[in-house]
Formats: sequence, structure tokens, C-alpha cells
Amino acid sequence: MDGLIGRLTTVVRAWISKLLEGAEDPSVTLDYSYERQRELLQNVKRGVADVVTAKKRVQLQSDKLEGSVVKLESQARQALAGGREDLARAALERKAFAQQQLQSLDQQAAGLEAQQQKLVEGEQRLAAKVDAFRSQKEVIKAQYSAAEAQVRIGEAATGIGEEMADTGRAIERARDRTEQLQARASAIDELVEAGALEDLSGGGDYLDRELAQMSVGGQVDADLERLRGELATGASAGELEQGAQR
Amino acid sequence: MIVRVMGEGQYEVGDDLLDRLNTLDQAAMSAIEGGDEPKLDEHLEAMGELVRQEGTKLADGDLRPSEAIIPPSDLTLDETKELLSGEGFIPDPPA
Repeated sequence: MDGLIGRLTTVVRAWISKLLEGAEDPSVTLDYSYERQRELLQNVKRGVADVVTAKKRVQLQSDKLEGSVVKLESQARQALAGGREDLARAALERKAFAQQQLQSLDQQAAGLEAQQQKLVEGEQRLAAKVDAFRSQKEVIKAQYSAAEAQVRIGEAATGIGEEMADTGRAIERARDRTEQLQARASAIDELVEAGALEDLSGGGDYLDRELAQMSVGGQVDADLERLRGELATGASAGELEQGAQR
Repeated sequence: MIVRVMGEGQYEVGDDLLDRLNTLDQAAMSAIEGGDEPKLDEHLEAMGELVRQEGTKLADGDLRPSEAIIPPSDLTLDETKELLSGEGFIPDPPA
């Protein structure tokens, strides 16, 4: 069976043949193709700007999630100190979920960053090849017979075509990554809106209310305790008084 | 011979490297059959690493075509389907 290397080599060669199809003079086709490639790379630059925007959005989201993680941790501690293990558990569950989302965002942002880097490098390689081609094709035409020159230019064209195919794939990949990241960011927005990733006070003040009730409850308990104590003392003082009167 | 590591550029390597690359390629194909993407990426990364270690990077302006093209290590299983069917792996050049 054909391996991946053989398969990819065949696919790229077929792509290049299609690119140069019907070209009587590959150098003319190539100049034209390069213009189209430049246009595509301009699109990529705009795409990279979109990526930067997406990354800023993700950064804001990450900051917010990190804030939630810190708050949920302190809420869990507060709940546990008050003997409310159920609340502590709820807070820690949300914290774990928020941390998961953070990790997935970070991974995707890192993947995108790597893709962007490859794209920029690919663009540089392609530009270098096109420059080399432009300076060499006149030399080739001057030094070789027309038939020989055509063969050599055809080879050089294949060399550039390979780089174009490579860059084309990198562009597509970067786009996919951006879309994935945006989808992830939107999904997290929805989760935040639904309260699944907020600290519990953000989701209808549930935890804060419970914690407040707990401390109010504690206050009530303390007051009750104090009153009981006072009553007990008062009662015994009364008894003593009554006893003294006897 | 000249090989291209997709997404990275071209390298000049000894002809003997092809056998070692083919061995890794077969392992990568098995990973695809098993639907094991981490394993696939691992073998692809090993291919790239082999070329980087043993080869000499070509200058960016070198116009010689490659004899073999090595898939990028971030290749997904979905992409291997495109690659093996010959459809859509490389997007059409802009019209």
C-alpha cells in the first residue's frame, strides 16, 4: 500500500500540474499565480488580524475565568468553615469545570499561535523562491536553448508550486484553528451566561445568599445562645434572689 | 535527494534515509487504520525529526523540487482521509 509520503507527494504534484495546466510559458503563469498568491496572503494578513482580535477576546475570557477560579476557591473554603460541605462541593465542582475550560482555551490559542508562525515562515520562503525565480529565469533564457530553458523553468516552477501548495495548506489550517478557537470562545460565553462557569455568586447569588444565610444563621444561633445564657443566668439570679428573700 | 517537510521547508538528505522514513511511514499508516491520532502524530514527528537531524536545510530561494514530501506532524485523521482520497487536502489556488 502507498504510504503517506508517497500519497502526499503525488497529491502535491497533481496540484502543481493543475496550477500550471495549459501554460505555454510557465514563467508567465507563475507570475500570474504569484499575484493571486499575494492576494491570498493579503487575506491571510487580514485573517491574522482577526486571530489577534479572537486572542484578545480569549484573553479577557481567560482572565474572567481565572477570577472565577479564585473566587470559587475562597467560597468553598468559607462554606466548609461554616460546615456546609454541600456548598463547598458545588463551588469546587464549578472551579474544576472552569479550570478545564481554561486549559482547553489555552491549548487552542497555543495551536493557533504555532500555525500563525508557520504561515509567516511559509510566506517568507515563498517570497524568497519567487525572487530567486524572477532573477534566474532571464539568466536561464539567455544561457540555454529555448527547449532546455523551458525544462529548467518548468522545474523551477514546480519548486515554487510546492511552496504554494504548502502555504495554501498552512493558510487553510490557520483558518480552521481560528474558527475552532472562536467556536470554543462562543461556547464558553454561553456557559458563562448560563451560570455554569461563574463563581456561584454570579449565578443568581446562590452561594453568596447561602453563605449570607449561613452567617446570619450563625448570628441567629449566637444570639440565641447568648439569650439562652442570659436567661439561664437571669433565672438562677432570680432563684438566688428568691432564695435570699426567703 | 531533496525532501520537503510540509510546513517547515526543504532538506537535502542521503538517499539511505528513505528506507528509515518508509518504516516510520508504515507505522503511521497502521496508526491511521487504528484511528490513533496521538500515535500518528508521534510517527510523523519522528519523520520530521529524522530529516531535521540527518539533513541540511535548503536555502529559502532554492528552486529545486522535492523528491518526497513528508506530511506535517499536526496532520489530523480527518486530513488523512482527504489526503488518501486525493480530495481537498490542499485548497485550490485562488482564482
